[in-house]
Amino acid sequence: MNELIRVEEVHKTYRMGDVEVPALRGINLTIAHGEFVAVMGSSGSGKSTFMNILGCLDRPSAGRYFLEGQEVGSLSADEWAYIRNKRIGFVFQGFNLLSRTSALENVELPMMYNGFASQERHRRAIEVLTLVGLGNRLDHTPNQLSGGQQQRVAIARALVNRPPLVLADEPTGNLDSVTSNEIMGLFQQLNRDQRISVILVTHESDIAAHARRQIVFRDGVVVSDQRNEQALSRVEQ
Amino acid sequence: MQGLMTLRIALRALARNKLRAFLTMLGIIIGVGAVIAMVAIGEGAKSTIRAQIAALGTNVLIVLPGSNVQGGVRAGFGNVNTLLDADGKAMARELPSVAFVSPVLRRQEQVVAANLNWGTLAQGVAPEFQQIRDWEVAQGRFLHEGDMESAAKVAVIGQTVARQLFGSDDALDAVIRIRNIPFRVIGVLVPKGQTGQGTDQDDTVMIPYTTMQKRLMRITWVQSIVVKAVNAERVDEAQEQITLLLRQRHRIGPEREDDFNVRNLSDIAEAATTTARVMAVLLGSVASISLLVGGIGIMNIMLVSVTERTREIGIRMAVGARSRDIMLQFLVEAVVMAATGGLIGILLGIGSSELIKQWAQWPTLINPAIIAIAFLFSGAVGVFFGFYPAKKAANLDPIEALRYE
Repeated sequence: MNELIRVEEVHKTYRMGDVEVPALRGINLTIAHGEFVAVMGSSGSGKSTFMNILGCLDRPSAGRYFLEGQEVGSLSADEWAYIRNKRIGFVFQGFNLLSRTSALENVELPMMYNGFASQERHRRAIEVLTLVGLGNRLDHTPNQLSGGQQQRVAIARALVNRPPLVLADEPTGNLDSVTSNEIMGLFQQLNRDQRISVILVTHESDIAAHARRQIVFRDGVVVSDQRNEQALSRVEQ
Repeated sequence: MQGLMTLRIALRALARNKLRAFLTMLGIIIGVGAVIAMVAIGEGAKSTIRAQIAALGTNVLIVLPGSNVQGGVRAGFGNVNTLLDADGKAMARELPSVAFVSPVLRRQEQVVAANLNWGTLAQGVAPEFQQIRDWEVAQGRFLHEGDMESAAKVAVIGQTVARQLFGSDDALDAVIRIRNIPFRVIGVLVPKGQTGQGTDQDDTVMIPYTTMQKRLMRITWVQSIVVKAVNAERVDEAQEQITLLLRQRHRIGPEREDDFNVRNLSDIAEAATTTARVMAVLLGSVASISLLVGGIGIMNIMLVSVTERTREIGIRMAVGARSRDIMLQFLVEAVVMAATGGLIGILLGIGSSELIKQWAQWPTLINPAIIAIAFLFSGAVGVFFGFYPAKKAANLDPIEALRYE
């Protein structure tokens, strides 16, 4: 399996006035293409910081981060924006859709920053919205959609530039358990059918059970890294 | 991100807060409207003053023959016979800065009509004298070119002369006698009143200068030539050209003094136009302050908007917007507001200056250049005052922005 992510001795320290607060204290991890990873840990364990670094939203204080073999820690802000646009899709706990903007346009948003012609944008946005099961909700605005549907729009937005990696930060945190299972099923389906690597942060073990690999953070270090090849799969059941 | 799309996003963002966008624009609308209306008022005043000065004769030059020196006695201007009618004709023909030329011969004469007589100033002039002095006829006509050629015995009389010789009777076609020569009255001038020195301008009789030369004064030269320049700005140019032309025509060597003298009234004109300009600048700068205030209003609302939309900015950054994309988005929004406000302001300014013209009877003059300047300036206000909020938006940390509630 070829390597997607490699982090070496990644540290992150925040300064709160005069006090240095370590959030990450030497993380070493390798994640291959096509993996489905759940990052777990209690709040303050450093998992969100780790995700921000993986997502090129935050720089490590020390250590190196390779994305598909490229060292990205030293790249410029514009190059990071390009990586976030083309190589990483984000899904958030609070969906983070633009309000009063249709599902279609929300999904088109990432393509606005890389020079797609408007017809091509439309075509691809409709394609991914259909893929996540919202082909009939194109013109609905977020407040006309249920939480699960909103998260599907967010997933469609994350996928529309066909990135190899989707980062999901507590994607089911705001959803009931039935909808959560549906969303997790969608992630599994994408992982299996589209060969998209998924890294999700969660603190719920039954959500993490959908992943084939579970990494547990505590106090800024990885305390457990287990594989679970018999991941619970709604799709496979 | 393409320009058209940026514009669409900006328009949509503004459309979401229509009232707020309008109120923000109102500052610019009033500012631009005030600039245009104020400058129109100033310009109107300036052109009125100009016209009044022109009526006084500021773009008028007077050419007098030089002084005569005989045995150490310098006789003063106008006493020699060096200036000819042909000089005046040459000016009119050859100088582009010269609009009208008329010889002037003057003498105090006793004018007789029936049993009344009146001492007045007889002036021998050309038809162009009417344009030079902007002097309309109330009745009949002014002198014609034909009157010059035939040295016709016709006269145009001023209001004072008409009143003194004819009272309330019709003066037109009556016969007046000057030195026993009969002249037919062909026109009566409109009243012009007194000069600054108290001379009654209406106390005059105008006859063809050729008639004056041949029949009254028996001279071949002219006493003076009055010249009207094309406009007030070209008076100096006309003065130079006349000097050059006359030196040439009179064959005056480089070392020798002019045998003529060209005078103008440009000092008065300059003072008056300066006053008008100061007024226009003053009005314009007062109005510009309101434009500035409008710009601050835009900045204020843009800052609020950036704060309100912090999360949106975070989302856009997370999906790949670069700092400059975010910056451009907010900058375009500010510029769209300022430019739209500018356009409405231009309409308001034109409308209100028309109203002022109609209702306050104040002459206003809208200069197309000021409209263009006002529009560009409002756009610049948008860029200037939009820059800081846009920069603030672009510099947001995406993580903080995404977490913002």
